[in-house]
Amino acid sequence: MQVQLRIRRFNPEKDEKPWWGEYTLDNVNPNDSVLDLLHRVKWEIDGTLTLRRSCAHGVCGSDAMRINGANALACKTLVARLIKEGATQARIQVEPILGLPVVKDLVVDMEPFFEHYKSVKPYFINNSPPPENGRERLQSPEDRARYDDTTKCILCAACTTSCPSFWADGRYVGPAAIVQAHRFIFDSRDEGYAERLKVVGDTFGVWRCRTVFNCTNACPREIEVTKAIAEVKRALTTGKV
Amino acid sequence: MSSIKTHTFDAVIVGAGGAGLMAALYASKGAKVAVLSKLYPTRSHTGAAQGGISAALGNLEEDRWEWHAYDTVKGSDYLADQDAVDILCQEAIETVIELEHMGLPFDRLPNGKISQRRFGGHTNNETGKPVMRACHAADRTGHMILQTLYQQCIKNEVTFFDEFHVVDLIRVDNTVRGVIAIEIATGEFHIFHSKAVLFATGGWGRCWEVTSNAHSLTGDGAVVCLRRGIPLEDMEFFQFHPTGIYKLGILITEGVRGEGGVLLNDKGERFMERYAPTIKDLASRDVVSRAIYLEIKAGRGIGGKNYVHLDVTPETVNKYLAEAGETRRIDRAYIEAKLPDIADFTRTYLGVDPVKEPMPVQPTAHYAMGGIPTNVDGCVVIDANNTVLPGLYAAGEVACVSVHGANRLGTNSLVDLVVFGRRAGRHMAEYCQGADLLPLPEGAADEVVAEFERIRNNKGGVKPYELRKRMQHTMTENVGVFRTEETLSTALTELRELRQAYQDVEIDDKGKRFNTDLLEAWELGCLLEIAEVTAVSALARKESRGGHARDDFPKRNDEEWLKHTLCHKEGDSYRLDYKPVVIGRYQPKERVY
Repeated sequence: MQVQLRIRRFNPEKDEKPWWGEYTLDNVNPNDSVLDLLHRVKWEIDGTLTLRRSCAHGVCGSDAMRINGANALACKTLVARLIKEGATQARIQVEPILGLPVVKDLVVDMEPFFEHYKSVKPYFINNSPPPENGRERLQSPEDRARYDDTTKCILCAACTTSCPSFWADGRYVGPAAIVQAHRFIFDSRDEGYAERLKVVGDTFGVWRCRTVFNCTNACPREIEVTKAIAEVKRALTTGKV
Repeated sequence: MSSIKTHTFDAVIVGAGGAGLMAALYASKGAKVAVLSKLYPTRSHTGAAQGGISAALGNLEEDRWEWHAYDTVKGSDYLADQDAVDILCQEAIETVIELEHMGLPFDRLPNGKISQRRFGGHTNNETGKPVMRACHAADRTGHMILQTLYQQCIKNEVTFFDEFHVVDLIRVDNTVRGVIAIEIATGEFHIFHSKAVLFATGGWGRCWEVTSNAHSLTGDGAVVCLRRGIPLEDMEFFQFHPTGIYKLGILITEGVRGEGGVLLNDKGERFMERYAPTIKDLASRDVVSRAIYLEIKAGRGIGGKNYVHLDVTPETVNKYLAEAGETRRIDRAYIEAKLPDIADFTRTYLGVDPVKEPMPVQPTAHYAMGGIPTNVDGCVVIDANNTVLPGLYAAGEVACVSVHGANRLGTNSLVDLVVFGRRAGRHMAEYCQGADLLPLPEGAADEVVAEFERIRNNKGGVKPYELRKRMQHTMTENVGVFRTEETLSTALTELRELRQAYQDVEIDDKGKRFNTDLLEAWELGCLLEIAEVTAVSALARKESRGGHARDDFPKRNDEEWLKHTLCHKEGDSYRLDYKPVVIGRYQPKERVY
């Protein structure tokens, strides 16, 4: 099939403002991913096209972008899922994720995103001595299950940059940071919940969430992000985890 | 070149996967450390490791580290250094516990202990039967290790330079003075002046067409060292993982077979029963990859094509469990809980639901057993006498300790990362306390800056992508699961042509900022070089051992070849030399599964 690929382009060394690049690709297989198409443009047509990518199967989180208006990983989005079955032609539009400064083409500045991530103390806090027998701390499968969903996060930023509250005010820590906080707050072994709740309960914490569910829809790991945020809100209100 | 920004640290760590981060945690306890990575740390390929990390915790059944050691040596086809293997398997236990203490969310048993499962080649040495040794977090164990170590680095305020691509090592005679890196966002060169340097840059699976490896795995660290006179060890041994998704190469963990999944040919026959009567589908990877290849060659691939089926449907698994007299049974919920990511991969990329139908798989280029030679403290050694180059370290896949010998066992890559990353980090901190910061040589960055300017401005009309495609094709055809003198010579001829053609590579992006066109072209140079080293080393080794299977020399030959290869770069050619294998408790014997 044939794909008309429309890519938002911007090179700060040359362009005063962003523009749309149009590329026609023939012999596209519906099972090709959007990353495959971007690679064809970069390798065969225009080497200046710039994007981040690494693992190419949805686990490293490098290639979150806005595809046909919705955030997704390019490597995990197959053409087949963007077209009607049996279509022989399609138009696909790719832009950088929103709410972070564009560095070049599809590459955005991730620093503000990682600053928010670091602000929630995204690390295990437990100052009690480990078991004297030199072995693992124990945790029941039920306790382990409570935070399983939020351990899946790959920090791709698809959720945070799909969130209208984050677009409105970049000081909001955003869904990804709250997912990370959740992963520790609901871990029975962790002792840092008071410190963390202070951060996520702050002015730019969970209460900025308006339950729009964009984050849940955007998550390539199928984390129930909005639910996780709701659980943190509940912990803040009830004082219980 | 005085305009180049210079940073000074005690130690520089290149690469932020499992080995780099573990080394960073330990080294930063006693030294001022910078971690440089061409990717954001959490993008590193450690995060793609799935099935588990082995340690003889014995949480479900009797196990001993000595059994783990024997399995590793046998898996290595007796090429591993047994002193290093002992350390690997002994320290695996305390390191896994340490990871748990860092908060790593392992799956749990009903009694609250870390859950363990079976994996290829890991056995109870008394019965020869598979043992539950692989500690895991669903099928995303590597993701959890990478996240946990990165979290700990944040907690301990480790200094990172994210998206800094290291392109050269500053070596003066037998001393190390630092590295040269490009800040990707600006395109500026930086000098990192240091007493010690550790490479933890991972592998080079992108030499082949079908690979489980990320696009970023282009062998940079190994090649940077090679170009500065460090030999590369045992480069002919590259692992083809038996179960990559057909055509795509995406890894399907051995944990699938650990949970009871089986490989089936076109006739629906569980063919591993013929190749490894005792542990069948859980034989080590080289054995299983060869078996798949032979089935396909005999016309028993699915529909006559070059793939077989990996079947983990409850119906099939339960049938074989019953046949084996086991009481355990599995169902949909079990598969969804234990193998969620691989279910997601096959549904996303193939439209195949592994709960209902078998998955099409073929061997995929996966792991470099060889690499930068080191001793058990991660110190790089540069000759057959194991002479240390003070201040230079390597750990993880890019290093060759050697604990994997001619074939690595599943889960042992993660063990290697954390055990030897930790040892290297510790040693480096001590080294830095006693070592002086030696002055930078004049024009330290000149050579590599000139090479980048050459690539940037070159006009030869050759697209890097065309060369990469040709290299991947010849490596797949000629330096794959089976090799012969003829295929290897063919590959070498073509790789030398490609090396010539590389001089005419022309790129489109002449700019500075975030110039991935330029960096990819430079990475291609690394790939071509490492491909050639692989072929040169493979052509010389006239025997079959582990992952190096020569059709023209089908037997292992301990008399002549029980030794490690060292490949040195000398001008434009390569010189091979060899060093002895450290044998301990386990004398080489025939390897039967």
